[in-house]
Amino acid sequence: MSMFWTIWISVITLGTIVGSYLLLRWNLTNFTGHPEGESMGHEFDGIVEINNPLPRWWTILFYITIVWSFFYLALYPGLGAFEGFWGWRSSNQNIQSLEESAQARADAKEQGLIVQYDRELDYAAEKFDPIFEAYAKVPVEELVNNEEAVKVGQRLFMQNCSQCHGSDARGNTGFPNLTDDDWLYGGTGAKIKETLTNGRNAAMPAWIDSMGEQGIKETVAYVLSLSGREVEENHDKLAEAGKARFAVCAACHGMDGKGNQALGAPNLTDNTWLYGGSERAITETLTYGRNGVMPSFKKTLGEDKIHVVATYVYSLSN
Amino acid sequence: MRNPHEIIEKNVGLLTVLILIAISFGALVQITPLMFQQQVMEPVEGLEPYTALQLEGRDIYIREGCVGCHSQMVRPFRAETERYGHYSVAGESVWEHPFLWGSKRTGPDLARVGQRYSDEWHRVHLMNPRDVVPESNMPGFPWLAENTLTGEDTAKKMAVFQSLGVPYTEEDIEGAQAAVKGKTEMEALIAYLQSLGTYLK
Repeated sequence: MSMFWTIWISVITLGTIVGSYLLLRWNLTNFTGHPEGESMGHEFDGIVEINNPLPRWWTILFYITIVWSFFYLALYPGLGAFEGFWGWRSSNQNIQSLEESAQARADAKEQGLIVQYDRELDYAAEKFDPIFEAYAKVPVEELVNNEEAVKVGQRLFMQNCSQCHGSDARGNTGFPNLTDDDWLYGGTGAKIKETLTNGRNAAMPAWIDSMGEQGIKETVAYVLSLSGREVEENHDKLAEAGKARFAVCAACHGMDGKGNQALGAPNLTDNTWLYGGSERAITETLTYGRNGVMPSFKKTLGEDKIHVVATYVYSLSN
Repeated sequence: MRNPHEIIEKNVGLLTVLILIAISFGALVQITPLMFQQQVMEPVEGLEPYTALQLEGRDIYIREGCVGCHSQMVRPFRAETERYGHYSVAGESVWEHPFLWGSKRTGPDLARVGQRYSDEWHRVHLMNPRDVVPESNMPGFPWLAENTLTGEDTAKKMAVFQSLGVPYTEEDIEGAQAAVKGKTEMEALIAYLQSLGTYLK
């Protein structure tokens, strides 16, 4: 803050305090011409106006606030560029990027400033980091036996994952159920962590242009037959034709339709459906494609917390 | 001796003027110097103005009153930054006219909601929030998916923002209508939401 604004703020602030004091003194002076505690000289219906001074407790409080304000302005940053003798601030200012934020935090520590927000972070880091570090050393498949770790993972899940996967982790149309041991990208601890860390971008293309409506009808019939179901009319004929068309689908879903976890291509034979398994839902999927997105939580949660969330997710089906 | 205070007490006009002077001191100290500080004028690293579609989405955000329940201001408390990310800084709002910081949190803060969920999640959630969050008391906004934008005023809006110091190029403004025409309000709003707070993430 420039010298001009520092002077501007200081003059007005200190001037207001001095002004308040003078105003109080002025209002304490008896200008009425009547002694304190006595009648002002008019009366109505037996009610007399007495010349009472300002209450003493109130004036004393006023004096205390004036004295207090000088201490406050000396200790805390209140007068422009003057940062206060105590070196306290609520958070670091003038931040333009995450790097600058980290730098400001380091600088403040070096200068011995008391940054309230940084202190909160330091306190939490001291208290919680060792816990997460200890958890991170245990593989997910083992940590799952640690009830406390699973509970911590659940809390983190509620905060970060439940919006899509539901607070019971059973998912929803378009958002996978995490409790059923049916995995798009794999359900080992390492795979769950990979999904959480880097996110996932599913890409089921739209087929309407290359297959046409009839082609989609046929393919739907065949896909339904993979999980032992039929379309209402002409099933055998349609499915037969669909089988030939399935060759393009097999690139991701495999010749047998059992899917491919390396690509996140779902198993089509198990009657577990992310976007619905009805004839209509499958038709929509084939026609328009699907692009499921799992965001990356690398920056939001960090490695150690991802480990604990992965443990909770792992615990749901193991 | 005459009571000088009596002059103020018996003269409402003078009293008004003196009250205005007295309460202006706070603003003169708290607000005026801030308006001239570098940190409220300098954008954060990499800040981009809203695209035409995002800008239209922002107007839908305002029209539907989202700001009435959602703040866009992460305060520097650990309890907030653990949930939302880095606290909001002045440089993120330099091109906001008006800013949508809000002061009411019935729903969560949205300052850093960008890229947190998929577009598809936003679509499902805006149609009917309870489809993904059963406990939600947010209303659904299904009409957003039906209304399409004409983009008639988009260029004009961008020109106004340009005059307020937002660095839109003439190219941006010329292409504005084409960029939004035919898009649904839903797409615009989601584009806006996905852009929020991504610069300090």
